[in-house]
Amino acid sequence: MKSLFWQRVDLVVRSLTPFFLTLVLVVLGQVPLHVPGLAEVAPILPLMAVYHWAIYRPDLLPASAVFFAGLIQDALSGMPFGVNAAVFVTVHMVVLSQQIFFQGKSFLIIWLGFSMVAAGAVSMIWVLNAMVFASVSSVQAAFIQYLVTVGVFPLLALMLVRWQRTVLAQI
Amino acid sequence: MKNHKHKSIHGLPQQGSGLANRFGYIGLLMAAFALMLLGKADVVVMERVRAHVIDGVAPILDVLSRPVASFDRVVEEAAAIGQLREENARIKIENQHLLEWQSAARKLAAENSQLKSLLNFAPGAEPGFVTGRVIADTGGAFVHSILVNAGKREGVTKGQAVITGEGLVGRVHGVGSRSVRVLLITDLNSRIPVVIEATRTRAVLAGDNTERPRLIHLPPGAALNPGDRIVTSGHGGSFPPGIPVGVITQLSDGIVPVKPYVPRDRLEYVRIVDYGLQGILDATSAAEGAGISK
Repeated sequence: MKSLFWQRVDLVVRSLTPFFLTLVLVVLGQVPLHVPGLAEVAPILPLMAVYHWAIYRPDLLPASAVFFAGLIQDALSGMPFGVNAAVFVTVHMVVLSQQIFFQGKSFLIIWLGFSMVAAGAVSMIWVLNAMVFASVSSVQAAFIQYLVTVGVFPLLALMLVRWQRTVLAQI
Repeated sequence: MKNHKHKSIHGLPQQGSGLANRFGYIGLLMAAFALMLLGKADVVVMERVRAHVIDGVAPILDVLSRPVASFDRVVEEAAAIGQLREENARIKIENQHLLEWQSAARKLAAENSQLKSLLNFAPGAEPGFVTGRVIADTGGAFVHSILVNAGKREGVTKGQAVITGEGLVGRVHGVGSRSVRVLLITDLNSRIPVVIEATRTRAVLAGDNTERPRLIHLPPGAALNPGDRIVTSGHGGSFPPGIPVGVITQLSDGIVPVKPYVPRDRLEYVRIVDYGLQGILDATSAAEGAGISK
């Protein structure tokens, strides 16, 4: 009886980890790394988690959780409330609608998919910020941030895949 | 990779009905856009919510930013050991220059105090300041801001200037009880009234989310040279005049980029300075002023 209870607790905690990891990435994205020139083009880490879990385990990171993570990202990053929430939810929606396509594809295709999704996401952030602030941000900086985000993706995706195979293997 | 692909296929969850799903997404997107509109309509409430969230995360960021900073210091020191000899030679020359400057400054300080006593000059109040550690750099191409671990508890209020020994960093934009958000001078929404130190030409330093903010609202025919120092002008009443901001880098068809003195990646400790000036922008004192003039 007792062991069954703990098994359930274990299961619930494990199934919460994708959401928790996404929040961790939101916070990690804010840590000052003191690398010259990086701060301006820092990769959008939570975007990668949203994309990854939307492909592999959307049941563990539903749209409402993505929305919440977006709000926290907005609050911390200083962007208008709702911008990242809208972008993350849109990414979730788009990826989920293409889920059949993504299933069983090689990592290269997944990466290519991310490069397209991220392009859309960064453009959307740019447009929404321009609308709310009523002035346009540097396109060049946004583009470099996009490139950095796409470049960092394999590294993070590797870790998320490992996590998925170990911690979430039985769920 | 293969194994994992397999798993994900089996693990494919049954999504709810397409219609309910679509409504869920539409609802969330509408909520997001409503928040954006609300943020435009009621800035105060949204900034308060933001301050609460940041306050909640601040202790975590405080802890996370420490090892990064100390690791950086180790790397920096290791790199510095290799260049000790050149560094030493450079410092010796610089010291000589500084000694010359010191004597010049002493002479000027003496002269200044003499002239002040001649003019019965009333000095302004000494500014008070709070020193805080940078716990977050909200990286990205869209917002240039940092979070500092000092807040209302330490007496920080919105609009105060944030500086380091090198110059102006930005201004306090949002205040929580134990953290503040500082809008850097490079942010898209940053506008700082400045003057070109040598010519006293007024301008506004406008951020555009790049490393190089630009000078705008320059008077026509203003004389500009690369290397000109830019300092705060004190107009608008939020900052005192004379805080170093940056230097003009190069001029290219009408755009005047300025290189800030303070490198963003080196920000570790900053001073939040209370010059007692934000009262000028205060609504109550403005009303009082109007009352007196009547």
